[in-house]
Amino acid sequence: MSEIRHHISEPLIAAYVAGNVAQPYALVIAAHVSMCEECRARMAAHEMAGGAVLEATDGHVISTDLRAQVLDALDHAAPNEAQAYQRSGIFPAPVMEALKGKPPKWKSLGFGVRQSILQSGDDGSVRLLYIPAGQEMPNHSHDGLELTLVLQGAFSDEDGRFGVGDVEVADDDVDHAPVAEAGEACICLAATGAPLKFRSWMPRLLQPLFRI
Amino acid sequence: MLTLEQSHQETLQTEPAVLARAQQNRENVEQKTQQGYSEQTVWMLAVKMQRDRAAFCKLFDYYAPRLKGFVMRSGVSGAQAEEIVQDVMLTIWRKAGQFDPHRAQVSSWIYQVARNRQIDVLRRERRPMPEDLAEPDQATEDASQILALEQEAQRLRLALSRLKPRQREMVEKAYLGELSHAEIQEETGLPLGTIKSRIRLGLEKLRHELKELRSS
Ligand SMILES: [Zn+2]
Repeated sequence: MSEIRHHISEPLIAAYVAGNVAQPYALVIAAHVSMCEECRARMAAHEMAGGAVLEATDGHVISTDLRAQVLDALDHAAPNEAQAYQRSGIFPAPVMEALKGKPPKWKSLGFGVRQSILQSGDDGSVRLLYIPAGQEMPNHSHDGLELTLVLQGAFSDEDGRFGVGDVEVADDDVDHAPVAEAGEACICLAATGAPLKFRSWMPRLLQPLFRI
Repeated sequence: MLTLEQSHQETLQTEPAVLARAQQNRENVEQKTQQGYSEQTVWMLAVKMQRDRAAFCKLFDYYAPRLKGFVMRSGVSGAQAEEIVQDVMLTIWRKAGQFDPHRAQVSSWIYQVARNRQIDVLRRERRPMPEDLAEPDQATEDASQILALEQEAQRLRLALSRLKPRQREMVEKAYLGELSHAEIQEETGLPLGTIKSRIRLGLEKLRHELKELRSS
């Protein structure tokens, strides 16, 4: 894997560790950390800080039954665990979990661009995007934060080049126009806060043609 | 030191094999504490390697009250907090095999389990988690890495205790999950950079070991 240059920001990792990140973003963060040792180590550092806060917390008296109940339960069989998913191809384990172990269901957005929505709800949405090599990504607006993680290929925009494992953190409505690199199709995992609104269903490069 | 908790082990204490194992566990604990491991790490390793109930009792007595206080700070009732404490402590026992002292302190691991449990309970959803790292089968203990992490943890606790009240409150709120990423400061005043580097070394070593295992 080429070296990852674009990481999750420090406050986002801290918020993720503390469990205060909306589900769609949490999926992108978990997927990036699955691919990035730097961010895995940073996550562990924040967990240590959380642990230090826990250590320094004043204790509360525990009811006497609780200890006995817990000791009694040590021999009980553990409740059934949710199925653990494995990485498959370009998709790290948390993405496979969101896909429930099945291949993505791609829907065409036109001009070879495809999407597969993994989750969509009040707290935002997260999808897989497939952009043919050399193609511009659909122009869209979003409220708040947008996280885009590259799983295959690469794209470039004003902020630089994003290859496999890189994540672009775009605050608010940055007007960026990412273009997939020539060669391999670019597949990304993208999360937005509010439901994603496409301004146009066609990539911007092609728009002038249709305005005639 | 362990005699008090041994009374909780009502099971067949008289069998010579059990007595011998208890003796062995006690020696392990003493040896590791002498090496400079914190008591918490020693207890956790005894739970992980020997399924040592006495050591689990120590962990419970140390962490359960703190956990309850911690959970209650997020506005959870005492009764519900105890349910969470119970679930967390049972998870610690059941998943002890996942504890890796090269990459985590007991407190950070328990913190993580507690946050997951709280999210499950409050939001009724499981948050996405990163892929588990493959562990080498015969994980060899690297005492220097474990000790270095213990020292980092010590520095961290000291730094936390020395923060100005206002900053400390913000740090506590952040890790209690009360601040959004936009409200969390880039600079916490805690020595997280050096900790990150230390854990990174541990990860690199793990990757190296896995590579060697695969090629051998
Ligand atoms: Zn990273």
